[in-house]
Amino acid sequence: MSWYLVRRLFLTLPVLFFVSVIVFSLINLIPGDPARIMLGEEVSKEALSALRKEMGLDRPLYVRYLLWLSHVARGDFGRSVRDGRPVLDTLLLKLPVTIELAVTSLLVAWVIAIPAGVVAAWKQRTALDYAATTLALAGISVPNFWLGIMMIYLFAVNLRLLPPSGYIEPWIDLTRSLKLMVMPSIVLGAALAALVMRLLRSSMLEVLGTDYIRTARAKGLDDVVVLIRHAMKNAMIPVVTVMGLQLSGLLGGAVITETIFAVPGLGRLTVDSILTRDYPMVQGVVLFAALAVVATNLIVDLTYAVLDPRIRLGARTG
Amino acid sequence: MSRFAADLPVDVVGPQRGTREVRRYGLGYFLHRYARNRLALVGLWVVLGIALVAIFAPWFAPTSPIKPDFGNLLQPSTATHPMGTDDLGRDVLSRVIFGTRTALLAGVISVGIAVIAGLPAGLLSGYYGGRLDDLLMRLTDAMLSFPFLVLALALAAVLGAGLDKALLAIGIVFTPRFIRLSRAQVLGEREQNYVEAARAMGVGDGRIIWRHILPNSLSPIVVQASLDMAGAITAEAALSFLGLGTQPPTPSWGSMLNIAQAYLSTAPWMAVWPGLAIFVTVLALNLLGDGLREALDPRLR
Repeated sequence: MSWYLVRRLFLTLPVLFFVSVIVFSLINLIPGDPARIMLGEEVSKEALSALRKEMGLDRPLYVRYLLWLSHVARGDFGRSVRDGRPVLDTLLLKLPVTIELAVTSLLVAWVIAIPAGVVAAWKQRTALDYAATTLALAGISVPNFWLGIMMIYLFAVNLRLLPPSGYIEPWIDLTRSLKLMVMPSIVLGAALAALVMRLLRSSMLEVLGTDYIRTARAKGLDDVVVLIRHAMKNAMIPVVTVMGLQLSGLLGGAVITETIFAVPGLGRLTVDSILTRDYPMVQGVVLFAALAVVATNLIVDLTYAVLDPRIRLGARTG
Repeated sequence: MSRFAADLPVDVVGPQRGTREVRRYGLGYFLHRYARNRLALVGLWVVLGIALVAIFAPWFAPTSPIKPDFGNLLQPSTATHPMGTDDLGRDVLSRVIFGTRTALLAGVISVGIAVIAGLPAGLLSGYYGGRLDDLLMRLTDAMLSFPFLVLALALAAVLGAGLDKALLAIGIVFTPRFIRLSRAQVLGEREQNYVEAARAMGVGDGRIIWRHILPNSLSPIVVQASLDMAGAITAEAALSFLGLGTQPPTPSWGSMLNIAQAYLSTAPWMAVWPGLAIFVTVLALNLLGDGLREALDPRLR
């Protein structure tokens, strides 16, 4: 186990290195002077050289990378150009909002996708299966920004059932908070639900064709028992395996969803900081998102190693 | 069970009465398999139809998609403007029609960039292996760790606003998938007998990769490219929706939706049609891609 752990952590290092290089390059390899791009054309020479000095632009590239990296490693993501506050403070301030949205969206997605995927596989080639797969295809194809706008039009403008947009912490006003989260969670969860449903359906079909399921059925077990107790356990593996992918999709989708519904999380922060050319903030939020995905992938792999001896033993011989 | 019978040699199964022996390879067989999937055919026809609309946009569009008409602001659907007019009095139908150009351009160019950059890199990396391969794999791992839209947004932001830069950004973000895919294909083909035979005959590496491995590796890449075109069209629309892709007044479905947000209660048609256009286009491309996968994947035969 410890050997696998070491190996897996060791493989993460080069990935982290390249992640940091990409994030650093985003700002530093673009043509032109980053300081000038940030401040715009009409700016005094003094302000420009002050920012250049603060950003260390007067030093060679690799020195700047190492300096930046050593700061990031100590949790210093730099300061926002817009409000002068430390980037990390703002990130941590916005993070809970995005976590809340991600969790509710994940719930929406799984509550829809897991039963739909199981039933579609169980009743393969029936009307139920076709309905579920068609809906999944629609969910994958519908652009989330359009879905969001249409939902606002239908439920907020026309039916006046839900507030169109905004955010309030659940501990301040729980009902209003829930009402505000309904549409963003559905919009963000829709594509994920489609992905999970397709994945679960195909892995379920595979599992249902195996000998141990035939044995369980031959024992005279109830269909539902076989499905839930025997088949689901193995069919859920691919769904859990792509948790990193799911998180990545959620974070990307949050950019759109939070913008449409005026939710003050990391996604909206990404858009705002890009539109206001707050490059240290852009760097911070992009790095943060990538680190979250790398960490999720690592956790998923390590969890498997704990649960499934084949993985850690296979790692030793291979 | 017939599936298994069909895989056995004829002398085991015995000749099937009344049926001609069917070729199980080649273009004809592929088309036959593709056409069997009715949804895939629908997808193909819709994509072809959209391509025609894009090519002949000036003939299809009733009015200019760009010239404002201040006497006709925010008009609902009428005979002359079936999809209504927008905040500058422009015909929404004409803008949706011209938007097909932006969308298809986005699909073709960004996926083209990703294939042109990713395919050779993946083929060489997989064929030669070694330290460079390790390095490239970690680099793609890193790129794939970024949420797709977040990286595309950040790239588009540093490259600057504009359709060309947005497409470059999307192309870069799609590249690692094609590196991984083509590399995986090479790893599978490299050890095959026909490659070894070619090598034994003294065929050079370049020719082996180009003439032997590449043609046998193309199927999954074609499938991925068609599915990624759907993704690229959505991504372009998303970037334009956020104000980073296509700049006004060029018609793009994404930027049309961006403006439509402000007029949702007074002119909802401004939001309905461009969004529907994205949805239909992406759906058709997804159907096409799924159909290709089913027709090309030997495991599904």
